[in-house]
Amino acid sequence: MARKKRAKADATGEPVTTVVVMCLYVAGRAPNSVKAIANLEAICRRHLKDGYQLEIVDVCEHPHRALSDGILVTPSLTKVSPGPASNVIGNLSDTSSVLAALGLHAGDPQ
Amino acid sequence: MTAKKSVSPRLLAKAATGILGFDEISRGGLPRNRTSLVMGGPGTGKTVFALQTLVNAAQERKQPGIFVAFEEGPDEIRANAATFGWGLPALAQSAVFFLDARLSPTVVQSGDFELSGMLAILEAKKRDLGAAWIVFDGIDVLLALLQNPSAEMREIYRLRDWLARNELTAIITAKVDGNNSRPTSYGFMQFMVDCVIRFDRRLEQEISLRRLEITKYRGSDFAPGEFPLSFGPQGMDVATPGTAEILADAVTERVSSGFEGLDAMLGGGVFRGSNTLITGAPGTSKTTLAGKFAESACRRGERTLFVSFDEGGERIQRNLTSVGIHLQAYVKSGLLRMYSGRTDVNNPEEHLIRITALIHEHRPRCMVIDPLSAIARTGALNSARAIGNRLIYKMRDHQVTALITSLVGGDDPQAEATELQISTIADTWIHLSYQVRSGERNRALSIVKSRGTQHSNQVRELVLSAAGPALAAAYSSGGEVLMGTLRWEKEAEDRTQKRRQQAEFAYKRRELQFAEADIAARITALQLDLNKQRTELALYTSDDEARDASSDEQENALRKRRGAGAADMLAPVLEKRRVARTSARPRTNGGKEPRRGS
Repeated sequence: MARKKRAKADATGEPVTTVVVMCLYVAGRAPNSVKAIANLEAICRRHLKDGYQLEIVDVCEHPHRALSDGILVTPSLTKVSPGPASNVIGNLSDTSSVLAALGLHAGDPQ
Repeated sequence: MTAKKSVSPRLLAKAATGILGFDEISRGGLPRNRTSLVMGGPGTGKTVFALQTLVNAAQERKQPGIFVAFEEGPDEIRANAATFGWGLPALAQSAVFFLDARLSPTVVQSGDFELSGMLAILEAKKRDLGAAWIVFDGIDVLLALLQNPSAEMREIYRLRDWLARNELTAIITAKVDGNNSRPTSYGFMQFMVDCVIRFDRRLEQEISLRRLEITKYRGSDFAPGEFPLSFGPQGMDVATPGTAEILADAVTERVSSGFEGLDAMLGGGVFRGSNTLITGAPGTSKTTLAGKFAESACRRGERTLFVSFDEGGERIQRNLTSVGIHLQAYVKSGLLRMYSGRTDVNNPEEHLIRITALIHEHRPRCMVIDPLSAIARTGALNSARAIGNRLIYKMRDHQVTALITSLVGGDDPQAEATELQISTIADTWIHLSYQVRSGERNRALSIVKSRGTQHSNQVRELVLSAAGPALAAAYSSGGEVLMGTLRWEKEAEDRTQKRRQQAEFAYKRRELQFAEADIAARITALQLDLNKQRTELALYTSDDEARDASSDEQENALRKRRGAGAADMLAPVLEKRRVARTSARPRTNGGKEPRRGS
């Protein structure tokens, strides 16, 4: 199973406000997919201290899942909750646009 | 696919698109298990081409296909395709699978991406369906997001390798505008694929015309050049010169042209399945002849289609009633279908589509187009010509006996030849004109040509009455055919002259008889005269002999009076005188002998 699940509990002691639930669709070991995973993990480390839930789906192994989720382009990141669903495609190298899509402010490193 | 096979490049396998004209110009369809690129500007028919190919393959050859829609949603595409008679709604998703590959407008892009995920998904779907075909419709929409020519090229390569591995016959459509802003990648794509088809739509005198051209076909021959295409009830229709091959049999059955007079001029009517062109100036009663043709067809119980431009069917029916042509009942019974098109709205191509649809729907045996010249009015003469020709061939292929009218400006029938140029392919060509003389305007009808028939060469007057059109008896005078009042006058004059001539003949005959009798009488008189002359001559001859005889008697009497002794002395003298009288007559005085006195 390529599906990974991570749930990070609040480590700082501040009240947990939101847990961001995300799903990243990748295509095996394709370069941009590998980059996307690395980029997303970096973003999560820096900006999502509150906690997040990430599922990584390899469409090469689960094409029908991707099809039913309406995913074609990889890598593709979907924010499931909170708030309106949003979608980011690409290797997530542009951090500010990823943060904006996740409903976080770019200029807010903590 | 092995290298050894390259020795026989002719054996390139092809997959028919089912688009008739296209399979003809591509010599069999698209390259099987290879990729074809369909490029062109928006609204040129790329999607219809791809979808129609897919539907045809699924329906006719049970080959499932996948349609990946990058630009339009599957629902929109289905709705658009529903206007064609493909039966797409009835097709199961397993026959043609639509994949909505549009990116939501809220999608944010962050960095580079690949198609490998999408291809993995499609590969799974292909296995599920056993698909043989795949269409990537509007792939440019997705590739544009890469914002990097080298990345685009990389993904195109990826796509090509994937297609080759999966043995799919693929159609990739891509928008290319006239002012192509990114020529590099599509130029490259053209090298990558095995077949390139370019669709084009351009304005010609404010009418948009669609065309198609195969610009590349690896390992195959194809018809070069641009071919006009139109959208009919069955979808795309590519006009090819090949379809103009006349397949219809030559029939000898004659069909009435509408009324007896004209049939007689045509040597018994027009041939079944032939087309007749009637040219003429406005008001020369082209529509009346067309109506009469339609009415006689309906009377024979034949399904008829009456296509009119500029004038509604109701009005035409009303107007024709005034000349004794009644179509209403046939319209009501469904035998006659009236269709009127507006020339200010549609372009010629759309008229062709509509009329073709009507031919398929109504299946007429006889048909009228009144006037065909209307399609040329909206401009684009070249395309109007092409469409006029295609229409005629279409009718011929369906064995429809057609009557087409065409408006020409002048009185010269040859004016038509410079306009729609239908006259060259029409089987029969009748020209109507006006003859304005002696303050009258009369209609004249003549047959310019009629293939395969002995037709009259005379210009005849066309007379319209409540009983319908008819041809008046031909009166020619001084090398011209008389019409209207002139004809009436001529007819009356002819009757008078005939009577006068008869009287003159009778008189002359009597005169000659008299002369003959006179000569006979004179001959009798002369004969009598001759007889009299002969009698007189005979009389004279007998008198002369009588006189000779009496002179001999006188000598004898004299000898007797002189005595017997003197008779011996006189004998030699008398003998001499007899000889002289027989040799030299007339010597009346032979009595006195000079020697006798001594």
